[in-house]
Amino acid sequence: MAKVIFQRPKYLKENVFHYCPGCGHSIAHRLIAEVIEEMGIRGITIGVPPAGCAVLAYNYFDLDMIEAQHGRGPALATGLKRTLPDRFVFSYQGDGDLAAIGIAESFHAANRGENITVFFINNAVYGMTGGQMAPTTILEQRTTTTPAGRHKTLDGYPVKVCELLSQLPGVAYAQRCTLTSPAQVNKTKKAIRKAFQCQKDALGFSIVEILSPCPTNWKMSPIDACKWIDEVMSKEFPLDVFKDITPAAQKNTEAV
Amino acid sequence: MGKRVGLEVTVAVAEAVALCRIDMAGGYPITPQSHIAEHLSNLVADGVLDAEFVTVESEHSAMSAVIGASATGARSYTATASQGLLLMNELLPIASAMRLPICMAIANRAVSGPLNILNDHSDIMPQRDTGWITLFAENGQEAVDLSIQAFKIAEHKDVMLPVCVNIDGFQLTHMVEPVEMPTQEEVDKFLPPFAPHATLHPAKPVTMGAFAMSDYFAEIMKAKDEAIKNSKKVILEVWDEWGKMFGRNYKAVESYRAQDAEILMLTMGSMGETAQVAIDELRDKGIKAGLVKLRLWRPFPFEEIRAALKNAKKLIVTDRACSFGGPGGPVFSEIKSALYAGDHHPAIYNFIYGLGGRDVPVQDFTGMFEKVIADTDNKAKDTYEFWGVRE
Repeated sequence: MAKVIFQRPKYLKENVFHYCPGCGHSIAHRLIAEVIEEMGIRGITIGVPPAGCAVLAYNYFDLDMIEAQHGRGPALATGLKRTLPDRFVFSYQGDGDLAAIGIAESFHAANRGENITVFFINNAVYGMTGGQMAPTTILEQRTTTTPAGRHKTLDGYPVKVCELLSQLPGVAYAQRCTLTSPAQVNKTKKAIRKAFQCQKDALGFSIVEILSPCPTNWKMSPIDACKWIDEVMSKEFPLDVFKDITPAAQKNTEAV
Repeated sequence: MGKRVGLEVTVAVAEAVALCRIDMAGGYPITPQSHIAEHLSNLVADGVLDAEFVTVESEHSAMSAVIGASATGARSYTATASQGLLLMNELLPIASAMRLPICMAIANRAVSGPLNILNDHSDIMPQRDTGWITLFAENGQEAVDLSIQAFKIAEHKDVMLPVCVNIDGFQLTHMVEPVEMPTQEEVDKFLPPFAPHATLHPAKPVTMGAFAMSDYFAEIMKAKDEAIKNSKKVILEVWDEWGKMFGRNYKAVESYRAQDAEILMLTMGSMGETAQVAIDELRDKGIKAGLVKLRLWRPFPFEEIRAALKNAKKLIVTDRACSFGGPGGPVFSEIKSALYAGDHHPAIYNFIYGLGGRDVPVQDFTGMFEKVIADTDNKAKDTYEFWGVRE
């Protein structure tokens, strides 16, 4: 009998993803579903999808899901977690959602140290509305509202969410990862697991930022989109752990 | 004379706004508005339009930014839809109280929840009482024309109020339609440079948006109400001037085959063109049906409505939004209110339809007529019906 070594995660529904070819959302969804399965927390996890391409995330996650209005994920998640503190609550947000229209909600949920997890998909554009400039668009990047490229004087600078939020005492864990290679995918999965572990240990706010390809709006092939993340985007948004107060991490720091 | 060209309506609107030589535009992406902001950003980047184009972090900030810009005397513009308009809501009465002639396109889209990106009027209806002059376009040409007229109306010294132009999302915004784009010379002739009543200027300091308690607040509310009521005269003058210049005539209320009609239908927005086809079909069958289209929502044209409806035995009012637990659709309650003061009281029916982008083909309009014709009890009714909804 053939041995099954790879299959669809148990808690991803049998639906076909609506995401474009080469988009990072489907990989991120898969990783979250795998971690939920491995940690055995499926019945006690609630997800909060955003406005944006992932608005239909509830079609894929076989979990309790409650839709947030644009940017309001962490505020909605706050209400869920405060009334159901034994649940795992995650908000899944894009860059426009988290770092523009919802920056206040993100900042203050983090500052209150809400014991929730935010998965932050950063693809440097507003994907669903057609590739307009996002807060994380890098300088000189061309978008449909910065046809000549993002200009620092006119449009300001890319917002570095992990760097910003890691300054807040309420934040337990902030890491930036990407999905451009199997090694990076594995790292991202570990970060997702760690974020849920922070929640389990009631350490406070955890955020995993995932640099994610958007070949459609970047007008690149999926391979070139990954290359662009590795060669350009991750220079602006370094892949790093910006905060980690988990006991293991603290021990490592002391050892150094 | 401008050229007749095929353009997506959002692009045509952005081109029209650029012809108005705006100084400032603020925008945040939201479907189905985004192409207006995108095309304005192209025109600025290409050097065609000399304006500030700012991509802000939310619609709340977009409206705040254009309020700031307008206060300095800049001709200011933004566009939004649905949730974005609701997010702006806090600022809308402030723009009108500060008498700032901001112009805005609303690519009408259903309000959540459930989340939907398609067309109805549930976004603009909750803004009814914010003191904005509110116009509805029926097709691409009207969207272009009203967008230009909006600045002239808003900036008139007897008005000085913000104006919004409602353009049905997708059904209008994303259509490629033949439109006659006026030339720059024509728009310059029609629309003089903005001469603000008061601006923030260091040489002559003023306070805008000052605090007012019970001693003055009511007077300011009355002043706003008087201003928007008085704006109708200016709106009609502007339309008259437009008609003379461009040959396209605008009225607050338009009628189609209504002269001898026994049953009238009333629409607002893009549905009027489909309803018109239904009227023709009914007329071919010998049914005396007619259509009345409402273009001006605020200030509400009471006299024109009473005049347009004066011969109808039965009246069908259609609505693209609902006032939950209230008197029916918002247009319906306004029409009833207008008729109450008059002498003529037709039997009146209300259908709420086309919600969240539900398609409304010609046979739905003829179906509404058939249903109303079949009703022999002509008494006034306090009911409304969600048309074509599964039970």
